[in-house]
Amino acid sequence: MAENPNNAVLRLGGIRKSYLSGESELEVLHGIDLTLQRGEFAALIGPSGSGKSTLLNLIGLLDRPTAGQLFIDGEETSTLAESSITKLRGQRIGFVFQHHCLIPAFTALENVMMPLLVDRGRPDAAMRQRAAELLAEVDLADRQDYLTSRLSGGQQQRVAIARSLAMNPSLVLADEPTGNLDTHTADDIFALLREVNVREQTTFLIVTHDPRLAARCDRIIELVDGSIVSDRSV
Amino acid sequence: MAMSPWLPFEWIAATRFLREGRTQSLLIIVGVGVGVSVIVFMSALLSGLQSNLVKRTLSSQSHIVLLPPEEIARPLNGDKSGPLIQKQAQRLRSIDQWQNIRGRLEKMPEIAAVSPVASGPAFAVRGDANKSVSLIGIEPENYNRVIGLEERIVAGRLRLNAGEAVIGIELAKDLGAAVGDKLRLNTGNGANDTLTITGLFDLGNKGVNARNVYVGLRSAQSLLDLVGGVSSIDLSLRDIYAAEGLALKIAAETGLQADSWIKTNAQFFTALTSQRISSNVIRFFIGLSVAFGIASVLVVSVVQRSKEIGILRAMGASRGQILRTFLLQGGIVGLLGSLLGSALAWSFLAIWRMLALNPDGTPMFMIDVEPELIVIAAGGATLVGILAALMPARRAANLDPVVAIRG
Repeated sequence: MAENPNNAVLRLGGIRKSYLSGESELEVLHGIDLTLQRGEFAALIGPSGSGKSTLLNLIGLLDRPTAGQLFIDGEETSTLAESSITKLRGQRIGFVFQHHCLIPAFTALENVMMPLLVDRGRPDAAMRQRAAELLAEVDLADRQDYLTSRLSGGQQQRVAIARSLAMNPSLVLADEPTGNLDTHTADDIFALLREVNVREQTTFLIVTHDPRLAARCDRIIELVDGSIVSDRSV
Repeated sequence: MAMSPWLPFEWIAATRFLREGRTQSLLIIVGVGVGVSVIVFMSALLSGLQSNLVKRTLSSQSHIVLLPPEEIARPLNGDKSGPLIQKQAQRLRSIDQWQNIRGRLEKMPEIAAVSPVASGPAFAVRGDANKSVSLIGIEPENYNRVIGLEERIVAGRLRLNAGEAVIGIELAKDLGAAVGDKLRLNTGNGANDTLTITGLFDLGNKGVNARNVYVGLRSAQSLLDLVGGVSSIDLSLRDIYAAEGLALKIAAETGLQADSWIKTNAQFFTALTSQRISSNVIRFFIGLSVAFGIASVLVVSVVQRSKEIGILRAMGASRGQILRTFLLQGGIVGLLGSLLGSALAWSFLAIWRMLALNPDGTPMFMIDVEPELIVIAAGGATLVGILAALMPARRAANLDPVVAIRG
């Protein structure tokens, strides 16, 4: 896909991240440059300790870089206040975590509604409608009033995917989305992500250890020791 | 289980979290309830006990008694080395200008009733029996508003025309007299009169029932050689606890000696005060332990839910939303606990009323849970709950989502 900065969902420029480790400063990311266009379906791979999670947290606006610029939909984030960052994260970024991370006090439907609820403050019929549609899209229409503890691992992950799409985000970040599932279910989940990507033109960045899954993405970004060592289209 | 459309996110999350941690929530609500019930029960019991004690104490006493100033013998020159001055014996005197003073007192908003009294020592004679008594001349209507004699009449009625008297049940027993019988009164200055007994009273105090003889103000004035005068003015106040301050003020304004019931019953009053202080100390510590209980449960809840809090933050929940969610949990626990506690206290009091009886089967004294007490307990417990939740809630709001989700 051609580099078109105006169409970039995500653009990183010289992103560095270091942590204080005792007296010395430990740099985990050494100047990352990366652009994701709308509709891209990219895998982020690398050995553990390469900085994948740190990078994902920075892109997800859960953490802030030590240096460099990070644009979401063309908006520079390093100068934003904490409250604006929280708002931006809720509205533009969807998360799918490895350990499905649903909130057990709520039903499947309510979990899918949650990003809308925290954004708007109060529930309404439109929210409920949107959540029901999303659950239907991930084939769980008949499970919408189940508490999440009554769902299987694969079902929980599908609820999490529906939830990540609730706000119509520009970018969905998936951290080992199939890590906890058997091969068959993992394939289903992966296919679902792909389907959403094709239908909604939602941009995905998927962290995975599984070369088999990475090979099914459009683009593979490989991170080693805090630097991008390869970035290729498949 | 459906979300109410009018509840904001914080309320929905707070109630769901409490409902999900059912056992913990129930235990702490019961804990708060027990604490609140002790506070409510103790407060109701204490205020019932105290108002009963005060009522009994004041049943035969006025709130403030005004007396003429003491007569003091002054040496002609101020020479300190002069002869020792013996203290003068106090004779029965009238209050100077008492009509005028009465008019001024009746205009004071703090004073509910003013009753002039002419009283002095006398002997009650009936046949061979002979008793020393206090002769008290009153205007029944005004005196009733100070002491409430009329409702204490157990036989006959309160009627004090010329030649009529009302006596206590003990004196009636001692003299073998009943309503309608005659009674002869002799005073120290030789005056005497024969009176018809129109009523018997029981003021709840044996000494008073054996000693007081009530007659009309005019009868007493002539018997005591105080024509047109009164020996004291009794006052009833709207706020009995303002008695001491008001007594000082009246004494300063009128030059009379003003004795408040608080001063007259200093030891009793001190006992009431220290009872109240000790119960406040107990209440404070119960409140404190309730607060610590709520705080500890919420601290555990924050630790247990840190991953969920992290996810909510990742989904765009603000620090403020998380903070309020946990503050609300503290407030809800406090409120529900206080309602439970009020219900418990109410049942304790019902049992108390069944058990604490006088020998004759009437309740020992009236205690009731006043609605204000429940409102105060509920408001107080809710506030304590929110304050107790402050620390855990801030901890929840300040969780780093990265750490929380990973952990």
